[in-house]
Amino acid sequence: MEVGIVGYGAYIPRYRLRVEEIARMWGADPQQTKRSFGVEEKAVAGPDEDTVTISVEAAKNALRRGGVDPSLVGAVYVGSESHPYAVKPTATIVAEAVGATPEMTAADFEFACKAGTAGIQACMGMVEAGMIKYGMAIGADTAQSSPGDPLEYAAAAGGAAFLVGKLDREAVASIEATYSYTTDTPDFWRREMRPYPRHGGRFTGRPGYFKHTLSAAQGLMRKLGLTPRDFDHAVFHQPNGRFPVEVASELGFSMSQIRAGLLSPKIGNTYSGAAMLGLAAILDGAKEGERILAVSYGSGAGSDAFSLIVREGIERKRDLAPKVSDYLEDKVYIDYATYCKFTRKLVR
Amino acid sequence: MHVPRFWREIPNRYTLVGTRCGHCNKVFFPPRAICPRCRRVGQLEPFRLSGRGRIHSFTTVYSGPRDFKDQLPYVLAIVELEEGPRVMAQVTDCNGEEVKIGDEVEMVFRRIKEEGEEGIIHYGFKARLVRKAGAGGS
Repeated sequence: MEVGIVGYGAYIPRYRLRVEEIARMWGADPQQTKRSFGVEEKAVAGPDEDTVTISVEAAKNALRRGGVDPSLVGAVYVGSESHPYAVKPTATIVAEAVGATPEMTAADFEFACKAGTAGIQACMGMVEAGMIKYGMAIGADTAQSSPGDPLEYAAAAGGAAFLVGKLDREAVASIEATYSYTTDTPDFWRREMRPYPRHGGRFTGRPGYFKHTLSAAQGLMRKLGLTPRDFDHAVFHQPNGRFPVEVASELGFSMSQIRAGLLSPKIGNTYSGAAMLGLAAILDGAKEGERILAVSYGSGAGSDAFSLIVREGIERKRDLAPKVSDYLEDKVYIDYATYCKFTRKLVR
Repeated sequence: MHVPRFWREIPNRYTLVGTRCGHCNKVFFPPRAICPRCRRVGQLEPFRLSGRGRIHSFTTVYSGPRDFKDQLPYVLAIVELEEGPRVMAQVTDCNGEEVKIGDEVEMVFRRIKEEGEEGIIHYGFKARLVRKAGAGGS
Protein backbone atom coordinates (compact mmCIF):
# COMPACT_ATOMS: atom_id res chain seq x y z
CA MET A 1 0.00 0.00 0.00
CA GLU A 2 1.19 3.50 -0.80
CA VAL A 3 -0.42 5.26 2.15
CA GLY A 4 0.97 6.37 5.45
CA ILE A 5 0.55 8.45 8.56
CA VAL A 6 1.67 12.01 7.82
CA GLY A 7 0.87 13.39 11.27
CA TYR A 8 -0.67 12.22 14.51
CA GLY A 9 -1.92 13.91 17.65
CA ALA A 10 -3.18 12.93 21.07
CA TYR A 11 -5.24 14.62 23.75
CA ILE A 12 -6.11 13.51 27.26
CA PRO A 13 -8.06 15.79 29.65
CA ARG A 14 -6.28 16.86 32.87
CA TYR A 15 -8.71 15.44 35.40
CA ARG A 16 -8.21 12.01 36.99
CA LEU A 17 -10.47 9.92 39.19
CA ARG A 18 -8.79 7.19 41.22
CA VAL A 19 -10.30 3.70 41.16
CA GLU A 20 -10.07 3.73 45.00
CA GLU A 21 -12.43 6.71 45.03
CA ILE A 22 -15.01 4.90 42.87
CA ALA A 23 -14.65 1.74 44.99
CA ARG A 24 -15.15 3.79 48.18
CA MET A 25 -18.40 5.11 46.71
CA TRP A 26 -19.83 1.67 46.04
CA GLY A 27 -18.43 -0.23 49.02
CA ALA A 28 -16.00 -2.32 46.98
CA ASP A 29 -12.53 -3.36 48.12
CA PRO A 30 -10.24 -0.75 46.54
CA GLN A 31 -7.12 -2.92 46.18
CA GLN A 32 -9.03 -5.90 44.83
CA THR A 33 -10.92 -3.65 42.37
CA LYS A 34 -7.67 -2.14 41.12
CA ARG A 35 -6.19 -5.60 40.66
CA SER A 36 -9.22 -7.08 38.93
CA PHE A 37 -9.47 -4.21 36.41
CA GLY A 38 -5.77 -3.50 36.13
CA VAL A 39 -6.64 0.21 36.24
CA GLU A 40 -5.36 2.73 38.83
CA GLU A 41 -7.11 5.88 37.66
CA LYS A 42 -9.10 7.19 34.72
CA ALA A 43 -9.12 10.44 32.73
CA VAL A 44 -12.24 12.60 33.06
CA ALA A 45 -13.26 15.44 30.73
CA GLY A 46 -13.58 18.89 32.27
CA PRO A 47 -16.99 20.60 32.45
CA ASP A 48 -16.28 22.44 29.18
CA GLU A 49 -14.96 19.43 27.27
CA ASP A 50 -16.68 16.85 25.11
CA THR A 51 -15.91 14.66 22.10
CA VAL A 52 -15.81 17.73 19.84
CA THR A 53 -13.27 19.67 21.93
CA ILE A 54 -11.11 16.57 22.51
CA SER A 55 -11.16 15.88 18.75
CA VAL A 56 -10.15 19.47 17.97
CA GLU A 57 -7.16 19.32 20.34
CA ALA A 58 -6.00 15.99 18.89
CA ALA A 59 -6.56 17.13 15.29
CA LYS A 60 -4.60 20.36 15.84
CA ASN A 61 -1.72 18.33 17.25
CA ALA A 62 -1.87 16.03 14.19
CA LEU A 63 -1.79 19.04 11.84
CA ARG A 64 1.19 20.52 13.71
CA ARG A 65 3.11 17.29 13.23
CA GLY A 66 1.88 16.90 9.69
CA GLY A 67 2.91 20.43 8.75
CA VAL A 68 -0.04 20.36 6.39
CA ASP A 69 -2.19 23.32 5.33
CA PRO A 70 -5.60 22.38 6.87
CA SER A 71 -7.40 23.38 3.67
CA LEU A 72 -5.72 20.40 1.94
CA VAL A 73 -7.48 17.95 4.26
CA GLY A 74 -10.17 16.45 2.05
CA ALA A 75 -12.00 14.34 4.62
CA VAL A 76 -12.60 14.50 8.37
CA TYR A 77 -14.11 11.45 10.05
CA VAL A 78 -14.76 11.37 13.78
CA GLY A 79 -15.39 8.01 15.39
CA SER A 80 -17.07 8.09 18.79
CA GLU A 81 -19.94 6.74 20.82
CA SER A 82 -20.36 10.04 22.66
CA HIS A 83 -21.06 12.53 19.88
CA PRO A 84 -22.55 15.61 21.62
CA TYR A 85 -25.44 15.82 19.15
CA ALA A 86 -27.67 12.89 18.16
CA VAL A 87 -28.20 14.67 14.82
CA LYS A 88 -25.57 17.20 13.68
CA PRO A 89 -22.10 16.00 12.89
CA THR A 90 -19.19 16.30 15.29
CA ALA A 91 -16.98 16.23 12.19
CA THR A 92 -18.28 19.53 10.75
CA ILE A 93 -17.55 21.38 14.01
CA VAL A 94 -14.07 19.83 14.21
CA ALA A 95 -13.34 20.55 10.54
CA GLU A 96 -14.42 24.19 10.94
CA ALA A 97 -12.36 24.63 14.11
CA VAL A 98 -9.17 23.32 12.51
CA GLY A 99 -9.70 25.31 9.29
CA ALA A 100 -10.34 22.40 6.91
CA THR A 101 -13.74 23.58 5.62
CA PRO A 102 -15.41 24.01 3.16
CA GLU A 103 -13.93 22.00 0.24
CA MET A 104 -14.00 18.61 1.92
CA THR A 105 -16.21 15.74 3.01
CA ALA A 106 -17.00 14.87 6.62
CA ALA A 107 -18.99 12.36 8.65
CA ASP A 108 -19.34 10.87 12.09
CA PHE A 109 -18.60 7.19 12.52
CA GLU A 110 -20.03 4.95 15.21
CA PHE A 111 -18.81 1.43 15.98
CA ALA A 112 -18.50 1.32 19.79
CA CYS A 113 -14.76 1.61 20.52
CA LYS A 114 -13.40 1.08 17.00
CA ALA A 115 -15.07 3.83 14.97
CA GLY A 116 -11.83 5.82 14.84
CA THR A 117 -9.84 3.04 13.18
CA ALA A 118 -12.74 2.53 10.73
CA GLY A 119 -12.11 6.20 9.88
CA ILE A 120 -8.43 5.46 9.22
CA GLN A 121 -9.44 2.72 6.78
CA ALA A 122 -11.89 5.05 4.99
CA CYS A 123 -9.15 7.68 4.64
CA MET A 124 -6.66 5.05 3.40
CA GLY A 125 -9.06 4.01 0.64
CA MET A 126 -9.77 7.58 -0.43
CA VAL A 127 -6.10 8.59 -0.44
CA GLU A 128 -5.08 5.49 -2.36
CA ALA A 129 -7.87 6.05 -4.89
CA GLY A 130 -6.66 9.62 -5.42
CA MET A 131 -9.96 11.12 -4.22
CA ILE A 132 -8.29 13.22 -1.51
CA LYS A 133 -4.74 14.37 -0.69
CA TYR A 134 -5.07 14.05 3.08
CA GLY A 135 -7.71 12.53 5.33
CA MET A 136 -8.11 13.08 9.07
CA ALA A 137 -9.39 10.15 11.14
CA ILE A 138 -10.17 10.84 14.77
CA GLY A 139 -11.19 8.50 17.57
CA ALA A 140 -12.43 10.31 20.69
CA ASP A 141 -14.84 9.69 23.53
CA THR A 142 -16.14 10.92 26.82
CA ALA A 143 -17.27 7.43 27.67
CA GLN A 144 -20.57 6.98 29.46
CA SER A 145 -21.07 4.52 32.29
CA SER A 146 -23.98 4.03 34.63
CA PRO A 147 -23.08 4.94 38.26
CA GLY A 148 -22.22 1.75 40.13
CA ASP A 149 -21.79 -0.34 36.95
CA PRO A 150 -18.41 -2.10 36.65
CA LEU A 151 -17.86 -0.02 33.47
CA GLU A 152 -17.52 3.03 35.69
CA TYR A 153 -14.10 1.94 36.94
CA ALA A 154 -12.61 2.33 33.48
CA ALA A 155 -14.87 4.47 31.23
CA ALA A 156 -12.69 7.49 30.45
CA ALA A 157 -12.16 10.49 28.18
CA GLY A 158 -9.50 11.10 25.54
CA GLY A 159 -8.78 10.92 21.84
CA ALA A 160 -6.26 10.73 19.05
CA ALA A 161 -6.15 11.93 15.45
CA PHE A 162 -4.26 10.51 12.48
CA LEU A 163 -3.58 12.39 9.30
CA VAL A 164 -3.45 9.91 6.43
CA GLY A 165 -1.72 10.74 3.14
CA LYS A 166 0.34 9.33 0.28
CA LEU A 167 3.56 7.73 1.32
CA ASP A 168 6.49 10.12 0.86
CA ARG A 169 9.48 11.39 2.82
CA GLU A 170 7.18 13.34 5.13
CA ALA A 171 5.42 10.21 6.44
CA VAL A 172 5.97 9.21 10.06
CA ALA A 173 4.86 5.66 9.29
CA SER A 174 3.70 3.59 6.35
CA ILE A 175 0.58 1.45 6.65
CA GLU A 176 1.72 -1.90 5.35
CA ALA A 177 -1.68 -3.60 5.48
CA THR A 178 -4.99 -3.64 7.31
CA TYR A 179 -7.31 -6.52 8.07
CA SER A 180 -10.72 -6.52 9.78
CA TYR A 181 -12.78 -9.19 11.48
CA THR A 182 -16.47 -8.45 12.06
CA THR A 183 -19.51 -10.39 13.36
CA ASP A 184 -22.88 -9.61 14.91
CA THR A 185 -22.13 -10.09 18.61
CA PRO A 186 -24.43 -8.36 21.13
CA ASP A 187 -21.85 -7.91 23.91
CA PHE A 188 -22.41 -4.20 24.61
CA TRP A 189 -25.01 -1.70 23.37
CA ARG A 190 -26.87 1.50 24.08
CA ARG A 191 -30.39 1.99 22.81
CA GLU A 192 -31.70 5.24 21.33
CA MET A 193 -32.40 7.96 23.97
CA ARG A 194 -30.78 5.99 26.78
CA PRO A 195 -27.92 7.71 28.62
CA TYR A 196 -25.84 4.67 29.57
CA PRO A 197 -24.77 1.53 27.74
CA ARG A 198 -25.65 -2.00 28.83
CA HIS A 199 -23.44 -5.02 28.42
CA GLY A 200 -23.35 -8.78 28.66
CA GLY A 201 -21.01 -8.89 31.68
CA ARG A 202 -18.58 -11.78 31.29
CA PHE A 203 -19.95 -12.37 27.78
CA THR A 204 -18.05 -9.25 26.67
CA GLY A 205 -14.74 -11.10 27.20
CA ARG A 206 -14.22 -14.36 25.33
CA PRO A 207 -16.94 -14.14 22.60
CA GLY A 208 -16.47 -10.39 22.23
CA TYR A 209 -13.08 -8.79 22.86
CA PHE A 210 -10.86 -11.88 22.68
CA LYS A 211 -12.44 -13.59 19.67
CA HIS A 212 -12.33 -10.48 17.47
CA THR A 213 -9.01 -9.06 18.63
CA LEU A 214 -7.23 -12.42 18.29
CA SER A 215 -8.85 -13.15 14.90
CA ALA A 216 -7.96 -9.74 13.47
CA ALA A 217 -4.35 -9.90 14.71
CA GLN A 218 -3.90 -13.47 13.45
CA GLY A 219 -5.59 -12.67 10.13
CA LEU A 220 -3.29 -9.72 9.51
CA MET A 221 -0.14 -11.67 10.38
CA ARG A 222 -1.28 -14.53 8.12
CA LYS A 223 -1.95 -12.09 5.28
CA LEU A 224 1.56 -10.61 5.60
CA GLY A 225 3.32 -13.86 6.48
CA LEU A 226 4.56 -12.38 9.76
CA THR A 227 4.83 -13.64 13.34
CA PRO A 228 4.86 -11.70 16.63
CA ARG A 229 8.67 -11.74 16.49
CA ASP A 230 8.56 -9.50 13.40
CA PHE A 231 6.97 -6.65 15.39
CA ASP A 232 8.81 -4.24 17.68
CA HIS A 233 5.60 -2.92 19.26
CA ALA A 234 1.99 -3.96 19.55
CA VAL A 235 -1.08 -2.16 20.84
CA PHE A 236 -4.53 -3.63 21.42
CA HIS A 237 -7.81 -2.04 22.44
CA GLN A 238 -7.73 -1.49 26.20
CA PRO A 239 -11.14 -1.86 27.91
CA ASN A 240 -9.18 -2.37 31.15
CA GLY A 241 -5.59 -3.07 32.10
CA ARG A 242 -5.85 -6.86 31.90
CA PHE A 243 -7.49 -7.79 28.57
CA PRO A 244 -4.75 -6.31 26.33
CA VAL A 245 -2.04 -8.05 28.36
CA GLU A 246 -3.87 -11.39 28.12
CA VAL A 247 -4.54 -11.05 24.40
CA ALA A 248 -0.87 -10.15 23.80
CA SER A 249 0.27 -13.20 25.72
CA GLU A 250 -2.14 -15.51 23.85
CA LEU A 251 -0.80 -14.22 20.54
CA GLY A 252 2.80 -14.63 21.67
CA PHE A 253 3.77 -10.99 22.28
CA SER A 254 5.96 -10.11 25.25
CA MET A 255 5.37 -7.39 27.84
CA SER A 256 8.23 -5.36 26.37
CA GLN A 257 6.45 -5.26 22.99
CA ILE A 258 3.22 -3.84 24.45
CA ARG A 259 4.56 -1.64 27.24
CA ALA A 260 4.81 1.65 25.29
CA GLY A 261 1.21 1.54 24.11
CA LEU A 262 -0.45 0.26 27.29
CA LEU A 263 -2.17 3.34 28.73
CA SER A 264 -5.32 1.96 30.38
CA PRO A 265 -3.75 1.50 33.85
CA LYS A 266 -3.15 5.28 33.96
CA ILE A 267 -6.10 6.72 32.02
CA GLY A 268 -8.72 3.95 31.84
CA ASN A 269 -10.62 3.01 28.70
CA THR A 270 -10.92 5.97 26.34
CA TYR A 271 -13.17 3.89 24.06
CA SER A 272 -12.71 5.12 20.46
CA GLY A 273 -9.51 6.82 21.58
CA ALA A 274 -7.96 3.78 23.29
CA ALA A 275 -6.07 1.86 20.59
CA MET A 276 -5.29 5.09 18.70
CA LEU A 277 -3.85 6.82 21.79
CA GLY A 278 -1.77 3.70 22.41
CA LEU A 279 -0.47 3.88 18.85
CA ALA A 280 0.32 7.59 19.31
CA ALA A 281 2.27 6.75 22.49
CA ILE A 282 4.29 4.14 20.57
CA LEU A 283 5.06 6.61 17.75
CA ASP A 284 6.22 9.14 20.37
CA GLY A 285 9.16 6.85 21.11
CA ALA A 286 9.55 4.69 18.00
CA LYS A 287 12.60 4.54 15.73
CA GLU A 288 12.75 4.44 11.94
CA GLY A 289 12.24 0.93 10.57
CA GLU A 290 10.35 -0.45 13.57
CA ARG A 291 7.18 -2.42 12.83
CA ILE A 292 4.01 -1.84 14.87
CA LEU A 293 0.86 -3.96 15.18
CA ALA A 294 -2.25 -1.98 16.16
CA VAL A 295 -5.57 -3.74 16.79
CA SER A 296 -8.74 -1.93 17.79
CA TYR A 297 -11.92 -3.55 19.06
CA GLY A 298 -15.48 -2.30 18.96
CA SER A 299 -18.35 -4.08 20.63
CA GLY A 300 -21.12 -5.28 18.44
CA ALA A 301 -18.49 -6.47 17.28
CA GLY A 302 -15.35 -6.10 15.22
CA SER A 303 -11.62 -5.49 15.17
CA ASP A 304 -9.40 -3.57 12.74
CA ALA A 305 -5.74 -4.63 12.64
CA PHE A 306 -2.98 -2.52 11.07
CA SER A 307 0.68 -3.16 10.44
CA LEU A 308 2.77 0.01 10.33
CA ILE A 309 6.44 0.63 9.65
CA VAL A 310 7.98 3.73 11.19
CA ARG A 311 9.57 6.08 8.64
CA GLU A 312 12.27 8.74 8.83
CA GLY A 313 9.70 11.57 9.16
CA ILE A 314 9.14 10.61 12.79
CA GLU A 315 12.41 12.16 13.95
CA ARG A 316 11.54 15.61 12.60
CA LYS A 317 7.90 15.53 13.63
CA ARG A 318 7.46 13.91 17.03
CA ASP A 319 8.50 17.01 19.00
CA LEU A 320 6.19 19.37 17.11
CA ALA A 321 3.23 18.66 19.42
CA PRO A 322 2.71 17.45 23.00
CA LYS A 323 3.43 13.75 23.55
CA VAL A 324 1.11 11.28 25.25
CA SER A 325 3.51 11.23 28.22
CA ASP A 326 3.10 15.03 28.63
CA TYR A 327 -0.64 14.53 29.02
CA LEU A 328 -0.14 11.60 31.41
CA GLU A 329 2.02 13.73 33.70
CA ASP A 330 -0.12 16.88 33.70
CA LYS A 331 -3.02 15.80 35.90
CA VAL A 332 -5.34 16.96 38.66
CA TYR A 333 -7.21 14.53 40.92
CA ILE A 334 -10.91 15.04 41.54
CA ASP A 335 -13.30 13.34 43.95
CA TYR A 336 -16.42 11.39 43.03
CA ALA A 337 -18.76 14.34 43.66
CA THR A 338 -16.78 16.58 41.29
CA TYR A 339 -16.79 13.74 38.75
CA CYS A 340 -20.61 13.64 39.00
CA LYS A 341 -20.78 17.40 38.41
CA PHE A 342 -18.36 17.31 35.46
CA THR A 343 -20.15 14.40 33.80
CA ARG A 344 -23.63 15.85 34.44
CA LYS A 345 -24.83 13.03 36.64
CA LEU A 346 -26.53 15.32 39.16
CA VAL A 347 -30.34 15.34 39.18
CA ARG A 348 -31.95 18.73 39.91
CA MET B 1 -28.26 34.00 21.74
CA HIS B 2 -30.14 33.09 18.60
CA VAL B 3 -28.88 30.40 16.23
CA PRO B 4 -28.17 32.81 13.32
CA ARG B 5 -26.08 35.13 15.50
CA PHE B 6 -23.99 32.27 16.83
CA TRP B 7 -23.64 30.85 13.33
CA ARG B 8 -22.53 34.19 11.84
CA GLU B 9 -19.76 34.48 14.41
CA ILE B 10 -18.39 30.94 14.00
CA PRO B 11 -15.17 32.05 12.19
CA ASN B 12 -14.45 34.51 15.02
CA ARG B 13 -15.40 32.16 17.85
CA TYR B 14 -13.80 28.98 16.50
CA THR B 15 -10.67 30.17 14.74
CA LEU B 16 -10.12 33.72 16.01
CA VAL B 17 -10.65 35.37 12.65
CA GLY B 18 -10.48 39.13 13.11
CA THR B 19 -9.53 41.82 10.63
CA ARG B 20 -6.27 43.55 9.70
CA CYS B 21 -5.95 46.94 8.09
CA GLY B 22 -3.91 46.58 4.91
CA HIS B 23 -2.93 50.26 5.19
CA CYS B 24 -1.57 50.48 8.78
CA ASN B 25 -1.33 46.72 9.58
CA LYS B 26 -3.27 47.07 12.84
CA VAL B 27 -5.16 43.91 13.82
CA PHE B 28 -8.68 44.03 15.24
CA PHE B 29 -10.52 41.38 17.21
CA PRO B 30 -13.48 41.15 17.24
CA PRO B 31 -13.38 42.22 13.59
CA ARG B 32 -14.02 45.84 12.67
CA ALA B 33 -15.53 47.00 9.40
CA ILE B 34 -13.60 50.29 9.36
CA CYS B 35 -10.06 51.06 10.57
CA PRO B 36 -10.47 53.87 13.11
CA ARG B 37 -7.01 55.26 12.25
CA CYS B 38 -7.01 55.09 8.49
CA ARG B 39 -10.74 55.65 7.93
CA ARG B 40 -11.53 55.70 4.21
CA VAL B 41 -8.00 54.77 3.08
CA GLY B 42 -8.00 51.71 5.38
CA GLN B 43 -8.36 48.32 3.73
CA LEU B 44 -9.70 45.79 6.18
CA GLU B 45 -9.33 42.12 5.38
CA PRO B 46 -9.98 38.93 7.39
CA PHE B 47 -7.00 37.94 9.52
CA ARG B 48 -6.57 34.79 11.61
CA LEU B 49 -4.89 35.38 14.96
CA SER B 50 -2.37 32.90 16.31
CA GLY B 51 -4.15 32.41 19.64
CA ARG B 52 -0.98 33.07 21.64
CA GLY B 53 -0.99 35.81 24.23
CA ARG B 54 -0.47 36.88 27.84
CA ILE B 55 -2.72 37.55 30.80
CA HIS B 56 -3.21 41.33 30.89
CA SER B 57 -5.56 41.20 33.87
CA PHE B 58 -7.84 38.65 35.49
CA THR B 59 -10.39 38.03 38.20
CA THR B 60 -11.96 35.00 39.82
CA VAL B 61 -15.73 34.80 39.44
CA TYR B 62 -17.58 33.34 42.44
CA SER B 63 -21.09 34.42 41.47
CA GLY B 64 -21.66 33.98 37.76
CA PRO B 65 -24.55 33.82 35.32
CA ARG B 66 -26.75 30.72 35.27
CA ASP B 67 -25.05 29.16 32.24
CA PHE B 68 -21.71 29.15 34.06
CA LYS B 69 -22.86 28.09 37.54
CA ASP B 70 -21.44 24.59 37.28
CA GLN B 71 -17.98 26.00 36.58
CA LEU B 72 -17.82 28.34 39.63
CA PRO B 73 -15.39 29.58 40.72
CA TYR B 74 -13.77 30.30 37.35
CA VAL B 75 -11.10 32.66 36.13
CA LEU B 76 -12.03 35.41 33.68
CA ALA B 77 -9.17 37.25 32.05
CA ILE B 78 -8.31 39.98 29.59
CA VAL B 79 -5.76 38.38 27.31
CA GLU B 80 -3.42 40.47 25.20
CA LEU B 81 -2.91 38.50 22.00
CA GLU B 82 0.51 38.67 20.39
CA GLU B 83 -0.91 40.53 17.38
CA GLY B 84 -2.16 43.30 19.69
CA PRO B 85 -5.89 42.93 20.37
CA ARG B 86 -7.11 42.32 23.91
CA VAL B 87 -9.95 39.85 24.34
CA MET B 88 -11.94 38.71 27.36
CA ALA B 89 -11.95 34.97 27.87
CA GLN B 90 -12.38 32.35 30.55
CA VAL B 91 -9.15 30.68 31.63
CA THR B 92 -9.85 26.95 31.59
CA ASP B 93 -8.27 24.03 33.45
CA CYS B 94 -6.89 26.12 36.31
CA ASN B 95 -7.84 27.83 39.55
CA GLY B 96 -7.36 31.48 40.49
CA GLU B 97 -4.21 30.79 42.52
CA GLU B 98 -2.36 29.44 39.50
CA VAL B 99 -2.85 32.54 37.33
CA LYS B 100 -0.55 35.61 37.36
CA ILE B 101 -0.54 38.77 35.28
CA GLY B 102 1.88 38.29 32.42
CA ASP B 103 1.40 34.51 32.24
CA GLU B 104 1.66 33.01 28.78
CA VAL B 105 -1.61 31.55 27.47
CA GLU B 106 -2.88 29.85 24.34
CA MET B 107 -6.44 29.95 23.08
CA VAL B 108 -8.11 26.55 23.05
CA PHE B 109 -11.43 25.28 21.71
CA ARG B 110 -14.00 24.55 24.40
CA ARG B 111 -17.72 24.35 25.11
CA ILE B 112 -18.85 27.78 26.26
CA LYS B 113 -22.53 27.13 26.96
CA GLU B 114 -25.60 25.47 25.50
CA GLU B 115 -29.15 26.56 24.82
CA GLY B 116 -30.75 24.13 27.27
CA GLU B 117 -30.89 20.38 26.67
CA GLU B 118 -32.51 20.73 23.24
CA GLY B 119 -30.74 23.76 21.81
CA ILE B 120 -27.41 24.19 20.07
CA ILE B 121 -24.09 23.99 21.84
CA HIS B 122 -21.95 27.12 21.69
CA TYR B 123 -18.30 26.30 21.17
CA GLY B 124 -15.61 28.94 21.26
CA PHE B 125 -12.24 29.97 22.61
CA LYS B 126 -10.95 29.95 26.15
CA ALA B 127 -7.45 30.71 27.35
CA ARG B 128 -5.25 28.00 28.85
CA LEU B 129 -2.01 28.56 30.71
CA VAL B 130 0.95 27.31 28.70
CA ARG B 131 2.36 24.51 30.81
CA LYS B 132 4.88 21.92 29.75
CA ALA B 133 2.09 19.69 28.49
CA GLY B 134 -0.30 21.04 25.94
CA ALA B 135 2.13 23.74 24.83
CA GLY B 136 1.95 25.21 21.38
CA GLY B 137 -0.03 27.72 19.36
CA SER B 138 -3.40 27.12 17.76
